[in-house]
Amino acid sequence: MKRRDIALAGALLIVIAFVGVTIWHFIAPQTTEQGTSPSPQTTKEISINGAGATFPFPLYDKWISEYCKARPNVKINYQPIGSGGGIRAHIDKTVHFAASDAPLSEEQLRRAPGTLHIPMTIGAVVVVYNLPGAPEGLNFSGEVLAKIFLGEITRWSDPAIVALNPGVQLPDKEIVVVHRSDSSGTTYVFTDYLSTVSQKWEEKVGRGVSVSWLAPRAIGAKGNDGVVVTVQQTPYSIGYVEFTYAMKTRLPYGKLMNAAGEYIEPNIESIKKAVEYVAVELPRGDESWSTVSIARSLARNVQARGAYPIVSFSYIMVYKELSTLPGMDEATARALVDFLWWCVHEGQNYAAELYYVPLPPRVVKLNEDTLEMITFNGQRVLGS
Amino acid sequence: MAGQTKTAHFFDKLPHDKRRPRALITGDKAFKAFTASVASIVVLIIGLMTYYLYLGSRPSIDRFGAGFIVGTEWDPVKGAFGALPLILGTLTTSALALLIALPLSLGVALALSEYMPKKFSNVFSFLVELLAAVPSVVYGLWGLYVLIPFLREVVYPPIRSSLGFLPLFSGPIYGGGVLTASLLLAIMITPIMSAIMRDLFALTPSTLKEAAIALGATKWEAVKLMISYARSGIVAATILGLGRALGEAMAVTMVIGNKFQLLPSSLFDAWYTMAAILANEFIEATDELHISALINVGLLLLVINLIVLICARLIVWRYLKVAGGIMRE
Repeated sequence: MKRRDIALAGALLIVIAFVGVTIWHFIAPQTTEQGTSPSPQTTKEISINGAGATFPFPLYDKWISEYCKARPNVKINYQPIGSGGGIRAHIDKTVHFAASDAPLSEEQLRRAPGTLHIPMTIGAVVVVYNLPGAPEGLNFSGEVLAKIFLGEITRWSDPAIVALNPGVQLPDKEIVVVHRSDSSGTTYVFTDYLSTVSQKWEEKVGRGVSVSWLAPRAIGAKGNDGVVVTVQQTPYSIGYVEFTYAMKTRLPYGKLMNAAGEYIEPNIESIKKAVEYVAVELPRGDESWSTVSIARSLARNVQARGAYPIVSFSYIMVYKELSTLPGMDEATARALVDFLWWCVHEGQNYAAELYYVPLPPRVVKLNEDTLEMITFNGQRVLGS
Repeated sequence: MAGQTKTAHFFDKLPHDKRRPRALITGDKAFKAFTASVASIVVLIIGLMTYYLYLGSRPSIDRFGAGFIVGTEWDPVKGAFGALPLILGTLTTSALALLIALPLSLGVALALSEYMPKKFSNVFSFLVELLAAVPSVVYGLWGLYVLIPFLREVVYPPIRSSLGFLPLFSGPIYGGGVLTASLLLAIMITPIMSAIMRDLFALTPSTLKEAAIALGATKWEAVKLMISYARSGIVAATILGLGRALGEAMAVTMVIGNKFQLLPSSLFDAWYTMAAILANEFIEATDELHISALINVGLLLLVINLIVLICARLIVWRYLKVAGGIMRE
């Protein structure tokens, strides 16, 4: 009987301990949040949370590790949950900074007033293909690409492709279109470009992170690496991937005709040039960026010599008044702005080695102005 | 007191328990309460899940209603959503996978429990269990990098040239597609099914087999007897495999080709499943209707799973009444 009592008491203890630990687990974060209230002088641990786009994640990851190496009291956590998730987290104010490949739409901006857009790095979409016996660097135009992805051009020997590539022997084989199956900023940038150059594409498909593909011989592959592998494995296929992925694999990629009528190879120079042409007409950081599209601006600009046509920004978004974020204190606000300032300047030096395109000076200047707008309780965070 | 009489009444049914100490009685009660609460958590979770899925799909249900189930368009840009191709894709790939996996896992289980020398069967059993624990994304990557090139170069061309007169095996070969996804699913569910079946065969009374052999049955006939004895368990294992196949997202999306179309032109063509589209589009979806349509697909998947499992249960019960009853006596 004694033994049984002891066993019962033991079981009870375990249950109490379990319940206790569970409750403590839920309460603990709140107490630490209260603990980090306004005392900016102490060098206690500061943690910054961000979430969003997957495309710039390798670069952001590098930035975070380099930045925090010199500042051991700062912890930055970035979750690559996707641009959509980043925008949702930004609207719900569950992160300190959010990242997205697309700017906020007017509707989203209404739900998140006071948002600042900071273009952090530049991406480009590259057309890759697998064509046994054909040379690298085939020429494409936006119109022909739209027709291929609409399923109107179905063979590699189509006169429209031959006309762009005089002297190249193209096989009389059916084209297999490879597109992203997951919703992604890459698809948005690509379909935005096709909508700009082809009326028919805009009417039938439109622009979006995931669209309804019309080509009859098409495969959807998950992620940039999925598209790369599928194109590699499938003869006579064509697909589109982020510039970084095209550079890392040995897949042949196409040259694209720009508005000036030149065939441009995608490389860091031609992508940077594209941004330089567009930088003059960019809005201020606290204005709406919903209509900003480098691809659309370039398509209108017949002067843009040497610019690659499918280029886009990847953004970080923060609130202008940081004290509106729950759990934000002055020390964290300072650290956040300091980190973003570092990314815009020193951070850009790490871009090229990871095949990201560094920001041109004009965009850096724009971002400096944007970062100077950030306030905490009405006080400017930078330089105060 | 009311409590006391109740306790006494409860234990009156058990003749020896009157002499039991009180501590045991309270222990029994506590354990009963504990199991009941744990069991009700399961019901609660399923209830909450269904409720929140319904809540999330309200915009889609209000907009499309039952048309969502029979709709054949999926256009996030224009805001038109229908799930019929996804439902057909899910059911077809799972059914095909089961068709392949059932004989395979039966064979594996019988080989392990009956035909292999003990030394080998121990090692092989361990390996089979190890396969059952491999995460699905690993299967998906293996499917993408190894299975697809192998099938496209070695397996599919002869199938097409010999069986190409059937519409099922004609048309272009991409590598990924309906058949590839079904094969990968079959490979994924075979280990868990065969592990359960092997345990079932190990549990069949040896007297059954011995009696059959004593009556002059061959080993094959004795094994047939065992299979029919374990029938209901085999069906249960199959249900478990089917459940995994229906809900598999990651591995399937990597090999099925993710093409939204009502019917593929052949088994080599690409298609789509419900779980795959969730894995693909949920991350970057921002439009409210798009998100809601995806949650609606999740709700449908839950309902379809429920229907399939109920049907499978009914089959088992019928079996137990007709055949099992005689076998058990």
